[in-house]
Amino acid sequence: MASYFLRRVLMAVPVMAFIALFIFLLLRLTPGDPAQAIAGDHATPQQLAAIRESLGLDQPLASQFLAWVGDMILGDFGKSLISQRPVLEMIGQRIGPTLALASVAMMLTVLISLPLGVLAAWRHGGLIDRFVMSLSVLGFSVPIFVIGYVLISIFAVNLKWFPVQGYKPLAEGLGAFLHRIVLPGFALASIYIALVSRMTRASMLEVLGEDYVRTARAKGLSDRIVLFRHALRNAAIPILTVVGTGFAMMISGVVVTETVFNIPGIGRLVVEAVLARDYPLIQAIILLTAGAYVLINLLIDLSYALTDPRIRYK
Amino acid sequence: MTATTPDALPRRRLLDAPPHWTTVLAVVILVAVIAMAVFASQIAPFEPTKLNPAMRLKPASSTYWLGTDSFGRDLYSRVVYGAQVSLLVGGGVTLASVLIGLPLGLLAGWFRGFDAVLMRMMDGMMAIPGILLAIAVVALTKAGLVTVIVAITLPEIPQVVRLVRSRVIAARSETYVDAAMLLGTPATRLITRHLFPATIAPLIVQGTYIYAAAILTEAALSFLGVGIGTEIPTWGNIMAEGRLYFAINPWLVFWPAIVLSLCILSINLLGDALRDRLDPKMKGRSP
Repeated sequence: MASYFLRRVLMAVPVMAFIALFIFLLLRLTPGDPAQAIAGDHATPQQLAAIRESLGLDQPLASQFLAWVGDMILGDFGKSLISQRPVLEMIGQRIGPTLALASVAMMLTVLISLPLGVLAAWRHGGLIDRFVMSLSVLGFSVPIFVIGYVLISIFAVNLKWFPVQGYKPLAEGLGAFLHRIVLPGFALASIYIALVSRMTRASMLEVLGEDYVRTARAKGLSDRIVLFRHALRNAAIPILTVVGTGFAMMISGVVVTETVFNIPGIGRLVVEAVLARDYPLIQAIILLTAGAYVLINLLIDLSYALTDPRIRYK
Repeated sequence: MTATTPDALPRRRLLDAPPHWTTVLAVVILVAVIAMAVFASQIAPFEPTKLNPAMRLKPASSTYWLGTDSFGRDLYSRVVYGAQVSLLVGGGVTLASVLIGLPLGLLAGWFRGFDAVLMRMMDGMMAIPGILLAIAVVALTKAGLVTVIVAITLPEIPQVVRLVRSRVIAARSETYVDAAMLLGTPATRLITRHLFPATIAPLIVQGTYIYAAAILTEAALSFLGVGIGTEIPTWGNIMAEGRLYFAINPWLVFWPAIVLSLCILSINLLGDALRDRLDPKMKGRSP
């Protein structure tokens, strides 16, 4: 058990190292002068020199990379080229709304797509099944920002149930928080709901054909117990996997959702950073989200090993 | 096939059975979108970039079929021209990601040592959210068609590599590959003549999904203001400009949104239909 954990954790190291190298080279190997790319066409020689110095562009590539990684391990992700503040501090100030939005979307996804997927598999080929499958094709095809505007138009502009845009932190009261986060939460969850309910259905269909499901039915257990206690538990691994790999998709969705609903989170920060060509900030955000992705998937993998001993011995 | 050979399997053809009505609808919509892109200059009644300050934010009329935007430009003409960028980006990304991902996947499926290294790299690339990676690429270089295609291709490559690799690994255990190996077929010939064909059908299916995903990502980038640039109309930037006037005329956002969504939906439906015909094993995909 301990050796499996250790092996799995060690596997994450080269992946993270590659991500860091990739992001590093992305800036360095871009044709032309990276300082010029960051500063734009109207930069003065002094500005260019300042950028070169702050990024260490005058050093050899390998030592630049090692210095950069070393600083990050010590918690120094660099300073913003625009505000001159540490990028970690800037990200810290903006992460709250993003975490809130992502958590709400995740909760909505679980609450909606698990029952939908289970029902679709239970009544395979029936009306609910076809509804769920059509919904998931729609969820994959209609972009989040389109769904966002449809929701705004119906529930904010016409029905006036929710405000059009904006964000209030949870600290200002649960009511005010929920009032503003429901619509963006739904918009962000849409593609995730499509993905997870489809996966739940597929995984349940597979499990429902197993002998132990037939046994459970044969001994007279109710459908509800068979579905949720026997089948869903065994169908959980592919579902959890897709939740983990879907995290990258979720972050992409966050960027768009925050723009549509004017939420001051990481997604807005990254767009602001791009428009200002604030590369240290962009680098840090990409690295941290990729790190979060690796961490989440690591935790999911480890949780399989805890629940399913077969995986440990593979 | 005759009655005397009941065991012979009928050859599956693309059009053996009549297609589902959603597939027909998808093809009709796609043909319409392609026609919009190719014949944009004939179809559109106005120049998509022609400013007309006197006609700002006009509602739909017989002159301006879908109304005008905040610069007095004809919305219908802009939406028609928007198809060009979407289809070009979709095609470019699909072509590029297959051309790069296919050889990598074939090699990874065949050479164990290369596989271990490459797949860790692909894991790393998959950890970076696609839009963030695309945004970073666009931020570094000048916005333009090629930049956007490169930016969207990068996050799609791991998908192709993983698909091709898994098909190659599966095909390696087939008897015909064993037979070819026993006959002393060289590795290059084995890969190109025996393993590569096993990847064609799933690649065609995956290609349609990549095409749809690329159109979606391009629209998202344009919408965020980090795409091709505002001088060329794209469905994404038409929406981005329209959102500022959403309270006055929501259709500035909804028209491009409807065409964009229908286009992506049709490509996905076509992909599902192709998958069911060409590659039944892939049912229940998770893109």
